[in-house]
This record gives sequence, C-alpha cells and structure tokens, in this order.
Amino acid sequence: MTEEAIFAGFGGQGVLSMGMILAYAGMIENKEVCWMPSYGPEMRGGTANATTIISDTLISSPIISKYDTVVALNQPSVDKFEGKIKTGGTIIYDATNILTPPTRTDIKVFGIPGSETAVNLKNIRVLNMVVLGAFIATRHTVKPETILEALKKVLPERYHNLIPLNKKAFEEGMALIKN
Amino acid sequence: MGELKLMKGNEALAEALIRSGCDGYFGYPITPQSEVIEYLSREATARTGMVVLQAESEVASINMIYGAAATGRRVATTSSSPGISLMQEGISYIAGAELPCLVVNVVRGGPGLGTIQPSQADYFQATKGGGHGDYHLLVLAPYNVQEMVDFVKLGFELGEKYRNPVMILADGAMGQMMEKVELFEQQTRKTSFADWATNGKPKDKERRIITSLFIEPERMEQVNLNLQAKYKAMQENEVRYQTMNTDDAEYILTGFGLGSRIAMKVMELAREKGIKVGLIRPQTVYPFPYQVYKDIAPKVKGILDIEMNAGQMVEDVRLAVGDKTRVEFYGRMGGIIAEPDEVFNYFEKVFLGDK
Repeated sequence: MTEEAIFAGFGGQGVLSMGMILAYAGMIENKEVCWMPSYGPEMRGGTANATTIISDTLISSPIISKYDTVVALNQPSVDKFEGKIKTGGTIIYDATNILTPPTRTDIKVFGIPGSETAVNLKNIRVLNMVVLGAFIATRHTVKPETILEALKKVLPERYHNLIPLNKKAFEEGMALIKN
Repeated sequence: MGELKLMKGNEALAEALIRSGCDGYFGYPITPQSEVIEYLSREATARTGMVVLQAESEVASINMIYGAAATGRRVATTSSSPGISLMQEGISYIAGAELPCLVVNVVRGGPGLGTIQPSQADYFQATKGGGHGDYHLLVLAPYNVQEMVDFVKLGFELGEKYRNPVMILADGAMGQMMEKVELFEQQTRKTSFADWATNGKPKDKERRIITSLFIEPERMEQVNLNLQAKYKAMQENEVRYQTMNTDDAEYILTGFGLGSRIAMKVMELAREKGIKVGLIRPQTVYPFPYQVYKDIAPKVKGILDIEMNAGQMVEDVRLAVGDKTRVEFYGRMGGIIAEPDEVFNYFEKVFLGDK
C-alpha cells in the first residue's frame, strides 16, 4: 500500500497540520512516511500545501507528479491540483467554500460541507479535522483511532483541552462520508 | 534500535548535533535552515552545556568556528547558499590550517540572493573548492532525513580522522520535509583533546601553533603535498555510495540528495513498464565514487543524471565513464524541482525515442 496525497488550501486552514497528523499516524502504525510542505512564496498569504506519503515500502520521491488523493480546501487548490490526480484517484473538497467543483469523470469526487460542519461545531478552526475525518473514511490509510493518538503528539500540550472538540470534528467528518 | 521520531530535516540535524557531543554551534539564521539554530537555542545548552551562539554574520560564524576548532573541540555551523558564499574565506583558512569542523549547506536557488526554494546549484562550490587554494572539503550528500542525522555523526568522525573540514550538502527540501528517523544515543562531549589542539600551554609542553600562513614557498608546498596525500587517502578509504537494481540494469539513473529521490521514483515508473533501470547514488560527492560508474558504463546503454542545477555532478559522471556509454542530463534550476513524470518523459525521449 502506498498513499500519495496532497493537502492544500489557504494558509491558516490547517492543511499542513492535516498532513502532519496523518504522517504521525502512519509512523505509529510502523509505516514509512514523508511529509513535504510548501514553504515558499505561496505560504505568504496565498495557498499552502503538504504532500504526504504513507507506504508499506521505502518511499522514493517526496515530489509527486500525480497524486492518489487531493484534499482541497479552497478554489485555487482545486484549480491547481485537479489535473494532477491519477486516473481512478480521489478528490475531497470543501463544498462550503468551493463554488466551481471538479469536473473530471475518471476520478472519485467527494464534495463535503466541511466549513459548514465546523461552523456548526462553533469553531471554524476544526475544519481540517472534519476534512481529515472524511479523508480517513474514504481512503482508510490508517485507523481512525491512530489519527486521534497522533493528534495528541502534533497538538502542543497547551491546546490539549481542544482534543475533545477535534475528536468530535473528526468523527463528524467521517460521518459525512459514511452517510 | 534507537529512538524513532518524526522530524523535519533541519530539526533532526540539530538534534544530531546535540547527540554527537558537539561543543559549539556558531551560526546566523537564513531560510531554509533557520530551524537549526531555533532548535539548538531551545534544546542544546540545557541538555549538554554546548555553546549555541548567533553571530553577527556568516563571516563571524565561520571565524568563530576556526577559533573554536583550533582548541580541538567539536564545532559546527549551518547556513544556506548566500551565507555559505560569505564563509568561503574562513573555510579556506580552516582547510589550510587542517582543522576538523562541520559546515552544513541547506542549498537554495541562486546565484545571488536567489530564492528560498530547494536547489543543488552549489555542487561545484562544495566539491571543487569554493574558497581559494588547492583544498577539498569532505562532502556528504544526504538523501533523506535519516541521513541528515547519520551524516552529522559520520561527518564529525571523518573530520577528526583527517583533520579536515566536512560539509553536509543538503537542500531546502531535505531541510523542510519530515520523515521517520532513528536517533543514535547521546554521545558524551570530549574531555581529552588532540595533540595539536591549542587549548592552553602548560610549562612542560611545547608551544602549539595553528595557522594557514606559510610565507616560505618551500614550506607552503610541503603543506600542499600533505593536503594532497590526505585527499588521496580519502579517495581510497571514504568513498560512499548506494546502488539499487543495478544487477540487470540496461540503463542507470543517477543523482545526489533530492535528485536521487526523484531518480528512484523514475526508476519505479520505468520498472513498472518493464524497462530495466538501476540507480547509483553517491553519498560522498567528494571523494566522488568514480569507480562504480566506470565499472558499470560498459554494461549499460546509457546513464541519465538528474540534478536541480544546470549540470554539475554530471561532469564527474562523464569524467568517470569517458566514452564507454552515453551520459544524458536532466535538470531544473532556480528552485524548481523536476517532477518524476517530466524526467521519465525525458528518459523515454533520449533513450527509447527510436523504438
């Protein structure tokens, strides 16, 4: 199994953390992992992204031409990465934010009301956990409980009071796909 | 098995500096490697008592390294391309004075102030001199975060073995990406020092002098002859490289650091299509593994070298293989990283185009 994914959105939406939590979870499950963030000019106000690779075998390039899965939290990310998904691959996007959805028919498309779900939980900052829930429910890259274990590692201790909210957001994100 | 962690390349390297019993770090922040000094400032002194000092410039840091290395201590500095250029005078002095130290270059796109994105355009500077005079650094090129850790320990050991400055030639991607790493045990800091160290002169010992100034040309030539003998010994004993799938290979992909990671992916793409492709990845780019290329050249139809520059290591590959096989090159510059698909397309075009 190799999952080559990219998490993309505006800076501040938590896309880098999404990838990092997934990478941590992969490590906990003894898989090979690689997390490669964008850190260049696009980080300053534009789009941010993190390529995240989870594999049972040695990972080759951290730079990927075509992804298994694209997770897009804003319109520029859909526009930029829709064409870079493997045939039969997956795109998960925040349908609350993205008004022009992907059009490809040779990929699996999941538009989820991510921001709406986060707002209903009274904290837009858990958007990334909602979408990560949808990602895990779609891709099953790691076990859901491993994500929650990884969250504790990634989230600084002073924010650990937010773990129950993040857990709820993650579970609601999973439910968006299951229902 | 050591402790497993998920770490950014820069942080893993900083952790390895602490664990290798480093006595002093002198540096000046620059993207894409500022995490090194940030991490050390947070962690190092409290854990091992190691000195962590932000100098006023890269020129100051390298000269602090020169002074501290002269006392026989383990010292290191890190920077990125423009900062490393500023250090070249000091590096030449350190090489001339035969002092061990570790210099890390997390390369970004140039020339000039350039860009903060990953690049491999400092290969010539790292392996062919950089500063003035006939000298070489021993240069290690990590291709993953694990080697960002392992090469710190190895770099200090080799530097002390040869009394020579060692460079780790990484790039922005190696510094910024996170991977799983196994950390080695904390080494204790040195308590006894080499017989050349200028760390105080008791009355009963002879005076020791560290210098790179030898006014008499006869003496200067002798120093040069000693240096060359040392470089020859490095070429004989310290060449390190890795090969993958070379046994049945009809074509060879090659590259160092990030270039070799992309080459690995291209090899996977080619193997999926039944094309027999292998890979050679130098871990030391000085001394360069000429022999492995020379040996494989007559057995293959061609070699494709992949670098994030205009073609630098490829000169060493060509020197190694002569006319024994075709050597092609694919590179992107200025902070652009070649994608595996574009490299694979180029590979098909140049080697399989007539099929």
